[in-house]
Amino acid sequence: MTDKMRKLLYHIYMGSFLFYLLVPLVIMSGAAFNNNKTPSVYPWKGFSSQWFVELWNDGTMWTSFGNTIWVALAVVAIAVPLGAAGAILINSISGWSRSFLYFFMVAPILAPGAVIGISTILFWNKLSVPVGLHLSVLGQVSYIASFVMLLVLARLQSFDQNLEEAALDLGASHNQVLRRILLPHLYPALGAGAAIAFFQSIENFNVTLFTRGTQNTLTVYVFSKVRSGITPSINALAFLLIAATLVAALIYEVRRRRAAALEAAREAEGRRAAEAEMV
Amino acid sequence: MGDLLKRYGGTLTGAFVLLTAFWLLMLIILPNLALFETSFRPYLPVAEMGGPRDVYSADNYVKFFESPGPMSVFGFEIAVPLRAQTFLYTVFYSVVVTVVAFAFSYPIAFYLAKVVSPKSVPTLILLLFIPLWVSEALRAFAWYIILTLNGPLNAALVGLGIMEKAVRWQQGVFTNYDAIVIGLVYNYILFMLFPIYNAMSSLDTNQIEAAQDLGAPWWKTHLRIVLPHSKPGIASGSVMVFMLAAGSLLVPTTLGSTRSNWFTQTIQQAMLESQDWNTGAAYSFLYLLLCTVVVFGVMRLFKVRLSDIAR
Amino acid sequence: MGAGIDLDNVVCDFGSFRAVDHVNVSIQPGEFFSFLGPSGCGKTTILRMISGFNDPTSGSIRIGGKDTLGQRPNQRPTALIFQNLALFPLMTIWENIAFGLEVRGVGKAERRAKAEELLALVDLPGAADKMVSQLSGGQKQRVAIARALAVEPDVMLLDEPLSALDLKLRQHMRAELRAIQKRTGVTFIYITHDQGEALAMSDRVGVMSQGRLQQVADPRDIYNNPVNGFVASFVGENNIFTGTVGATASGMARFDTAHGQFRARLGETGGAAVKLYVRPEHTLFATEPGVENSLPVTVTEVAFEGSFISVHAHSDSGASLVAELRNDGGQMIPETGQKGFMTFAAERASILPDGIVRAK
Ligand SMILES: Nc1ncnc2c1ncn2[C@@H]1O[C@H](COP(=O)(O)OP(=O)(O)OP(=O)(O)O)[C@@H](O)[C@H]1O
Ligand SMILES: [Mg+2]
Repeated sequence: MTDKMRKLLYHIYMGSFLFYLLVPLVIMSGAAFNNNKTPSVYPWKGFSSQWFVELWNDGTMWTSFGNTIWVALAVVAIAVPLGAAGAILINSISGWSRSFLYFFMVAPILAPGAVIGISTILFWNKLSVPVGLHLSVLGQVSYIASFVMLLVLARLQSFDQNLEEAALDLGASHNQVLRRILLPHLYPALGAGAAIAFFQSIENFNVTLFTRGTQNTLTVYVFSKVRSGITPSINALAFLLIAATLVAALIYEVRRRRAAALEAAREAEGRRAAEAEMV
Repeated sequence: MGDLLKRYGGTLTGAFVLLTAFWLLMLIILPNLALFETSFRPYLPVAEMGGPRDVYSADNYVKFFESPGPMSVFGFEIAVPLRAQTFLYTVFYSVVVTVVAFAFSYPIAFYLAKVVSPKSVPTLILLLFIPLWVSEALRAFAWYIILTLNGPLNAALVGLGIMEKAVRWQQGVFTNYDAIVIGLVYNYILFMLFPIYNAMSSLDTNQIEAAQDLGAPWWKTHLRIVLPHSKPGIASGSVMVFMLAAGSLLVPTTLGSTRSNWFTQTIQQAMLESQDWNTGAAYSFLYLLLCTVVVFGVMRLFKVRLSDIAR
Repeated sequence: MGAGIDLDNVVCDFGSFRAVDHVNVSIQPGEFFSFLGPSGCGKTTILRMISGFNDPTSGSIRIGGKDTLGQRPNQRPTALIFQNLALFPLMTIWENIAFGLEVRGVGKAERRAKAEELLALVDLPGAADKMVSQLSGGQKQRVAIARALAVEPDVMLLDEPLSALDLKLRQHMRAELRAIQKRTGVTFIYITHDQGEALAMSDRVGVMSQGRLQQVADPRDIYNNPVNGFVASFVGENNIFTGTVGATASGMARFDTAHGQFRARLGETGGAAVKLYVRPEHTLFATEPGVENSLPVTVTEVAFEGSFISVHAHSDSGASLVAELRNDGGQMIPETGQKGFMTFAAERASILPDGIVRAK
């Protein structure tokens, strides 16, 4: 087999893989427009927008949607500070106490969501806290903070601690060191952490199912719809979510390319300046 | 610690410690202790709680080993308790999902890391990420639509003449768990792909070229150079996929039938349908134990550290 | 204006390891003082103690006559220039320079004006709005100096600030630093393991080894009158002979070795084991033996180094010697294999303790 053929095979495989990943989403979106009582693209019974209307008029869906957003915002607001504090703390210690803390900090990522949900309600039940979305928030935070911690820890590893000492040396107070030096360095990780926390929370099903009591979030609602009588209004919802995702991805890609070009230009200038210095 | 005090002073350091302590104690350690404690208590009506019958026992765990049913293991019919059966099937098919996900994603990881031009990698990764942004419930639902009796898959297969008539995928064609395995692979394959890709991209391309230069055929290059280098990524991906698959409740419920039970469903029935939190706690604890065994097993097997797995 | 600094029996331990060992030195206001020593000898640790990032295990540090005990880094009139500069990568150049003013609550317009002024001082006009990544190594260096000067420190502490630059730029920046120091009158404490740098820039040099200060003197004295073998070897090359001290008279002594009898100046030996040290550029090659300090040799290698030529030779008794001859056309250049004599003047050779000043 020549190199060229092997490369071609790889391209074909990559293409089929993308096809495999994306086609189910296309099929699901397509079913949103099919004039058929059960969600399907086949047989095609003509274009219809009735499922979007039905979705729009679905009060439970809107409540669940609202709940999901509130829960996600609360999770971001709690998980980001907890994860960041954990990362800063663990970054400044070493030895067995570090391994010990690290274990407890990452363990929730590897634990099944159902177990996290159940242990959360059992514990807060002992403190006489009833079930409900507030417990969903706490349960989700327990493992989402771990993701934030890992992101921040990775970012801290590329942090030059001399910067903080330089700031102190120039007369900055402890608060100023945190605000002006450390936090700006961590912003990308905190931003990524917040985004991941937000989407993980929206996605979350296992923890929420056990902790929610009788309140709904969007995933739980979709799940119950899929189990009981399904109508293509679910597909309409899916279509809207996928469309939103695509738009976000597009914006992200354009901005990434612009930022990369800017950074490259800056570095090139630095190199030119260095070369000019040599002569 | 002394270092923290020097940089951030007492107030801020205190805040860091308090936040971390709240997270670790109130959200992780104490809830798990509560789970452990509850699992050894009997399921009683509220009035009897704290009464004379509220004593510690292993009764909840005993239930796991009750009501045996037939199960065929390597062709032998043996009696295995029903819940243990579910547990074993869950573990087995989660392993299958992990292996399939690895087999499919390894070439993609290699393609991204070493074959395609680095310029197009971010765009490809963005494309790969799209399904991840779409909720898990909907991804499972997509396969529900595809696999239904009158769905596009059957139509395509029959139309192409590959099959004579439509089959009920959710009832199982080869095994009872076909649809579940398909759905789980689709849902979690990216959690295998990205860790392997990350590990591979740190491999120096010169090493691959050196191996080829020394006359190694492509499969040997992979076996001796690429695969060993990707080990931490494979370990991390395998643990993630196994955990997610075994812990999934959405996919088995959406795509399974009455003949395919997943252990999370057993826990859910105890917790939410019977409202027997004590038994639910016992089963959860068994599950936690399984996870611990798997994580440490993989760490030993692949000789990696926890920090390689959790990324 | 510059402030003086006194280190009084300063000790710094890391666990059981003693990084700085009873250092005593008084640095004058407005002086350019260098600590010179090999890697790991405790130079950075001394600087960090002066700036307040490490506390001495014992002993005291006074800045401008005031004891610094308990003063935090942000309360000391010092400004540290880090080994890797530590410029804030997310701020523009002028924000970097004005950071010290910003944290003191100075208004924006005033900060900007001060930053521009300092940029002019370090010869970087027009760079105010650039980012750090847009500058070259030498330019970053100047920004780091400007940032430190902005807080009007009494003492500037510089930790090998030129080590990341290439040779030519390094030589240029030496002159620049020295000029800035003269212009501002600030006390500079400079750390380096490059002896050329220390000798060329400093008013005085302190040579360190294993946490101990070996010798404090002006550059000329350090080179010409080293107190021991470590200093002699660290600041330059030597031909070395082992032997024993014989008769002494008015600072000179006879030195008996396996290669013959020499005469040389006698240093402070303090009863320690001694050796004879003589610099290659003070060693000559001659076809005829001299009156004293003359050793019959065979030339083994002649290496052309540009401004000088180094002649390597073996004595008949087995010693290896090097002579550095100036490439000024005035001297006879021997050839490999040629026989002759290596000689040196007794005033140029020293009998010194072998090794370093050790812990008491
Ligand atoms: N925080 C610390 N903990 C333990 N040992 C340390 C610490 N800081 C420095 N040391 C040790 O103290 C000794 C002196 O370190 P120092 O950084 O002062 O050396 P240096 O002279 O600046 O060397 P270099 O030229 O390599 O920068 C070294 O052996 C170093 O390993
Ligand atoms: Mg140093």
